[in-house]
Amino acid sequence: MSAAAAAVDDARARPADAAMAFVRRNGWTLGLLAFLAVLLVYTRAIQPTYGVTGIQGLAISVLPLALASVGQAIVVISGGIDLSIGSMMALTSVVAASQMKGQGEEFGVGIVIAVLALGLLLGAINGSLVVLTRVPDIVVTLAMSFVWAGCALLVLKTPGGGAAVWLKELVKGSLVNEWVPKAAIALVIIVAVIWLPVQRSRLGLSLYAIGSNQLAAFRSGVSVGRTKLASYMLTGLFAALAGLSLTANTGIGTPVPGPYTLTSVAAVVLGGVSLAGGRGGVAGPIVAVVILQLLRSDMTFLNVNTNLATVANGVILIGVVMFGSLIQMRRARA
Amino acid sequence: MTVTGTDLLLEATGVSKTYGAVVALKSASLAVRPGEVHALMGANGAGKSTLVKILTGAVHPDTGTIAVRGRERVVHSPAEARRGGLVSVYQEPALIPDLDIRSNLRLTETPIEPFRHWLRELGLVDLDLSSMARRVPLASLRIIDLARALAIEPDVLMLDEMTAALPANLTEKVLEVVGRLRGGDRSVIFISHRLIEIAAVCDRATVLREGETVGVVDVTEGSEERIVELMLGQAVEALSAQPEGAAGRQIPAGATPRLTVRGLSHGTKLHDASFELYPGEVLGVVALEGQGQDELFNILAGSERPSEGELLVDGSPVSFRHPADAIRAGLVYVAADRAEALLMQRSVRENIALPFTTRIRSWGPIDLSGERKRVDTAIATLQIDTRARGEVRRLSGGNQQKVTIARWVAGGVRTMLCFDPTRGIDIRTKSQIYVLLRDLAASGAAVLLYTSELKEVQLACDRAIVIFGGRVVAEIAVEDADEPALLRAAYNLRSDARMPEHLAAEAVAEADAAAEAAAEADR
Repeated sequence: MSAAAAAVDDARARPADAAMAFVRRNGWTLGLLAFLAVLLVYTRAIQPTYGVTGIQGLAISVLPLALASVGQAIVVISGGIDLSIGSMMALTSVVAASQMKGQGEEFGVGIVIAVLALGLLLGAINGSLVVLTRVPDIVVTLAMSFVWAGCALLVLKTPGGGAAVWLKELVKGSLVNEWVPKAAIALVIIVAVIWLPVQRSRLGLSLYAIGSNQLAAFRSGVSVGRTKLASYMLTGLFAALAGLSLTANTGIGTPVPGPYTLTSVAAVVLGGVSLAGGRGGVAGPIVAVVILQLLRSDMTFLNVNTNLATVANGVILIGVVMFGSLIQMRRARA
Repeated sequence: MTVTGTDLLLEATGVSKTYGAVVALKSASLAVRPGEVHALMGANGAGKSTLVKILTGAVHPDTGTIAVRGRERVVHSPAEARRGGLVSVYQEPALIPDLDIRSNLRLTETPIEPFRHWLRELGLVDLDLSSMARRVPLASLRIIDLARALAIEPDVLMLDEMTAALPANLTEKVLEVVGRLRGGDRSVIFISHRLIEIAAVCDRATVLREGETVGVVDVTEGSEERIVELMLGQAVEALSAQPEGAAGRQIPAGATPRLTVRGLSHGTKLHDASFELYPGEVLGVVALEGQGQDELFNILAGSERPSEGELLVDGSPVSFRHPADAIRAGLVYVAADRAEALLMQRSVRENIALPFTTRIRSWGPIDLSGERKRVDTAIATLQIDTRARGEVRRLSGGNQQKVTIARWVAGGVRTMLCFDPTRGIDIRTKSQIYVLLRDLAASGAAVLLYTSELKEVQLACDRAIVIFGGRVVAEIAVEDADEPALLRAAYNLRSDARMPEHLAAEAVAEADAAAEAAAEADR
C-alpha cells in the first residue's frame, strides 16, 4: 500500500506522470479514440473522396443514437438498464412532429420544451415503477417499451408531421469551420450543459455510488430510491433529446421505434461502461457510437452484404469487450 | 450510580422486533452516557445485530423509542441517523469501490482536513486521496472508514466489529484513539468479540441475551467473567437426551485421520489452523462469528484456496482447485443456507440424484431405475416428508436441509462437512439430523460439524475444537463441552475444562501458544 500510494503521490508532483495517471484512468476511451482515428484513416484510404460531407453526414446520422447511448450510460452506471429508450424516442419524436406541423417557429420552441418535459415524465414513470414495485428494472422497462411504443402509434399512425425550420437547421451544416458539424457541437453542448453539472454534483456521486455498491451507498447516507428515480429521469430526458434529433434530422416523426434500444446497450458496453454498474462515463459510449456507424458505412461502401455487416458488428462488439476484460484481468493479476 | 434520562446521550428503551414468527428482539434497552465507551455484548443470535440495525435506521423497530440527548428520534435511514448524530463504522467498509477516496468523502460530506488529521492519528500517513477505493487494501479501508466517521464529530460513534481482521499495529492504534475519546462529550458504542479489547477501552457493557437486555456491567478488572455469565444466563436445559451411541468414543491409537489440516492460512481470517478428523467421529467446530470458520469450510469444500498450509486425506496430501475435486476426494459440504445447495424449482428426486448421477454414467441417458432405487433408500433413511416432492422450495426448511444431506448419503459419503446445518430449523428435525450424523459416524464416515448453537455440541459431537482469531485455540472432550466451557473457550478465556490425559498436555501447550499469539495480536 505504502509503496503504491507513495508512487501516486510522486506522480502528482510531476506533470508528465500526472498525464500518465490521466491516461490510465481514461484508458478505455482513449483506446477507442485511437481505434476511431485508425478507422478514419482507413475510411479515407478506401474512399479518397471522404471529406467534409462525409464527416457532416456522419455527425448527423450519429446524433440520435449518441444521445440515446448517453441516456443508457447514465442508467447503466447507476446499476440499472432501460429497455424503453427506443420507444421513448419514438413517442417524443411523434409528439414533437405532430404538434409542430404547420405551426409557427416560436411555437416550436414551446413544443421542444414541452417534449423535454415529457421525456422527464416518461423517465419518472419508469423510475417510480422500478423503485416502488421492486420488479426488476429489465422487466419494467421492457414492459414500458411496449406501452410507449403503443402510445406513439396512438399519436401518429404513419410517419408524418413536421418540424420547425430552426430545429432542422440546428443540426444541418457546420459552424465556424466546415470541418466542425453543427450536429457534433449540439451533442457536445447538450452533454456539457446537462451531464457535466450532474456528474460533478452530489447526485452524480450518488449515481456512481448506487451502481457500485448499493449497501455501501445506503450506509453512506445516499437515498437509493431517489437516486434511482433521478437516473431514470435523466435517461428519459436524453431519450427525448434523441427523439427530437430524429425529428430534426428527418423533418417528420416515425411512430415505429428504430433499433436504438439494443444498439445503445451495445454502445454502452463497447464504450467501457460496466453493465454491473458503477464504472464508466458518457464519452466512451459516444465514441463507440461513432465507431459503430463508421464501420457500417465503410462496409456499405465496400459492398459488403448488409446482413454480413450486422454479423460483423456483433463480432466486433464481443471481440472488443473480450479484449478489454483480458487487459483488466491481466492488470488485476499484476 | 443513578443517571437521569436527560444526562444520557443515547437511550433506547423497550425495543422489539419480530420477523414473521421469529422474535429477534423482545425488549432491548441501551443507555449511553456522554464521554463513555460502551460495549454491546451478546452471543450469536442474542439480537445484537438487529439492535444495531435499528439504531442506524436500517430496520424499523416494532415497539420502543430511541432518544438522542433526551429528544426522541425516529430514524428511517442511515442518512437520518447520521444527521441525528449517530455514525456507524461496520465490519465491512462502507466505501464505494468505484469512487476515489476524495469522492467518497464528498458523498458523505466529510470535511477533508479533520479527516487527514484522524488518518494521521490512526497511523495511516501515506494515503493518496485520488486512489480508487477498490485498489486500497481492506485494512486501510477500515481505517479510512473510521477516520471519516471521526471527522464528522458525531455525538455517538458506533463501531461494529471494527477491529476484526485488522492487523495488530492498526488495532492498537484504533484502540488508542477510541480510548482517547473517553471523557469528552461524545460517546462510542463498541462491539467486539474480543473481551480483551472490551477490557482495554470500555467503561460499561450492556449484555443482550435472547433479545433482551439482561444486564449492564461496569467494566473493571475481572468483569469478563460476569459478562460471560450474563450472556449465558441460566443453564439452558438440553434439547433432549443424548442420542444413542453418541459421544466421547476414544480414537483408536495409531488410526489414520480421514482428514488432516496443517497450518492452514487464508488472507487475514485464518492463521495456521491445524486439526485432525478421524473416521467414525463427529468433530464439533465452535467459533464466534467471523473467526475464520467460513474460510476453513470453504477451503475444505474446494471453493477457496488456502494461501498456506496443507490438507491430507487419508494420509496423502491433496489440493483442491474446484469443489468437484473435494467431492472426488470424498469431502462433501452441507451449507447453512439451503438455497446454496438446492435447485429450488426441481423435484426432491432430481436434487438428491444430482451429484451422483454423474458418477453412475457420464454420458448417455440417466439410468432412471438405478437412480430411483438409491433416491428412495435415501428418502426412507432420512424420513423426508415427500408430500411436496415436486418442488423442493415448497418443503419446510428442515426437510430441505434433509434433502441436501440425503444427496450425499445416497452417494455413499465418507467425509461430511456440515456448516451450521440446523440454522433456522425446528427442534424435531434438528434432533433427527443429529441422529443421522451420529449414524453416519457409526458407519465409519467422518463428520466435521460447525454449529452456532453451543448447546448442540454435546448432543452430536465426540469432541470439539474451538477457533478464535483464525487459530484452533482449544480442543474439548465432549463431556466437558457444556455451554459455559465452550463460550469461555470461544472468547479465548482460560477454561477449567478437563481433558483426556493423552490430549491434555498437547492441548494446553497449543492453547497457550495460541493465546499468547492472540494476545500479541491484540496488544
